[in-house]
Amino acid sequence: MTTPTLATQSAISDEIAEIAAGAVPGGQQPQLDYAPYRSSLLRHPTKDLQQVDPEGIELWAPCFGHQDVDPLEADLTIQHSGEPIGERITIAGRVVDGSSRPVAHQLVEIWQANAGGRYIHQRDQHPAPLDPNFTGAGRCLTDADGTYTFQTIKPGPYPWKNHRNAWRPAHVHFSLFGTDFTQRMITQMYFPGDPLFALDPIYQSITDQDDRDRLVATYDHDLTRPEWSTGYRWDIVLTGSHRTWMDDEDHT
Amino acid sequence: MSDRLRPTPGQTVGPFFHYALPFAGDSELVPPGRPDAIRLHGRVLDGQVAPLQDALVEIWQADPEGVVVQEPGSIHRDGWTFTGWGRAATDNTGRYSFTTLLPGATEPGAAPFFAVTVFARGLLNRLFTRAYVPGHPALVDDALLSSLDATRRQTLVAAADASGLEFDIHLQGDRETVFLTYPGH
Repeated sequence: MTTPTLATQSAISDEIAEIAAGAVPGGQQPQLDYAPYRSSLLRHPTKDLQQVDPEGIELWAPCFGHQDVDPLEADLTIQHSGEPIGERITIAGRVVDGSSRPVAHQLVEIWQANAGGRYIHQRDQHPAPLDPNFTGAGRCLTDADGTYTFQTIKPGPYPWKNHRNAWRPAHVHFSLFGTDFTQRMITQMYFPGDPLFALDPIYQSITDQDDRDRLVATYDHDLTRPEWSTGYRWDIVLTGSHRTWMDDEDHT
Repeated sequence: MSDRLRPTPGQTVGPFFHYALPFAGDSELVPPGRPDAIRLHGRVLDGQVAPLQDALVEIWQADPEGVVVQEPGSIHRDGWTFTGWGRAATDNTGRYSFTTLLPGATEPGAAPFFAVTVFARGLLNRLFTRAYVPGHPALVDDALLSSLDATRRQTLVAAADASGLEFDIHLQGDRETVFLTYPGH
């Protein structure tokens, strides 16, 4: 078997444009069957997702508490003896459900590359430097208002092997839980104005521009701390909760 | 409901989650060796039945009496509190494995199941499914199972083995697992 030649960026961009031209507005995002992201070819379901009303356990979400998450885990810049290299940033926002209700006291997990675009993961072979003072993983619990806050450094873009000269826009992975099981999701937060957006098949697998925009944080000077770090705001909307809420349940 | 906010889209978990999401004891909802512990295990497979070495499976379940547990402690497990939630990355043979308890029916006449979430590199958004406990009398009346043909139905029912239950997840192909979507998604 010969090794398949990697597609060029322009061939991938043509595929992205062709799918975008035929995309129907609305519906679920991202697309699961999205060939420009080559790893998805054998890994997307070919049958329609089965619509079902959530029952029993699906109407509830797991609980996490202070024994599970130390408040210091929300600061990715203090996990080693020295300061990590890079632009120190604060990322904060609110997690709400589809009816704007805060998702209170719930787990948020993040992970990211370092300022040079390198993950500490052993499968990352990008020859950019590792930073001995940066691991790039953090956790927190949202507060009663659904607000989360992380202190970290701005990740760099990095190359990958989807196609020739493929680069991912800088991003932070977010893992989120809601108030019921059906709201579980993992996504990626991006930074405003990234020139790689148009070229990236993972970002473009969300075929609707408004939906894509929902993954981009905004610079927020109110979150910027004098002489310390710049601030980015990113609010997250989970899908609707299916449970009948009790009056006293919202903020427990 | 027209006043519903549009949800933030998902994105793939990517290849580099292993240093961030797995944690010590993540797949041990109860300590191995506990007399009533069972194993729930299986493989995550692609459209060519090749195992995924970079998938992440999560389960969420009731306790054996059918009680939905609302206790913290899934990350910092104390060895005694059953929280009902666990996480397992697949190994280099594509296999995941949980040590847990058999879930009970959450209400009379309901068929017990594990609620399952699947993440992987190459999978652009999470997938939801159910792993039903085999041999339960309520399976025949279950609304979801009854709506599927026999071949599709079979993908949602775990198989009993010597240590507990086996549940393979096929992302594609002849035995493609039934994946779920819920109202509002």
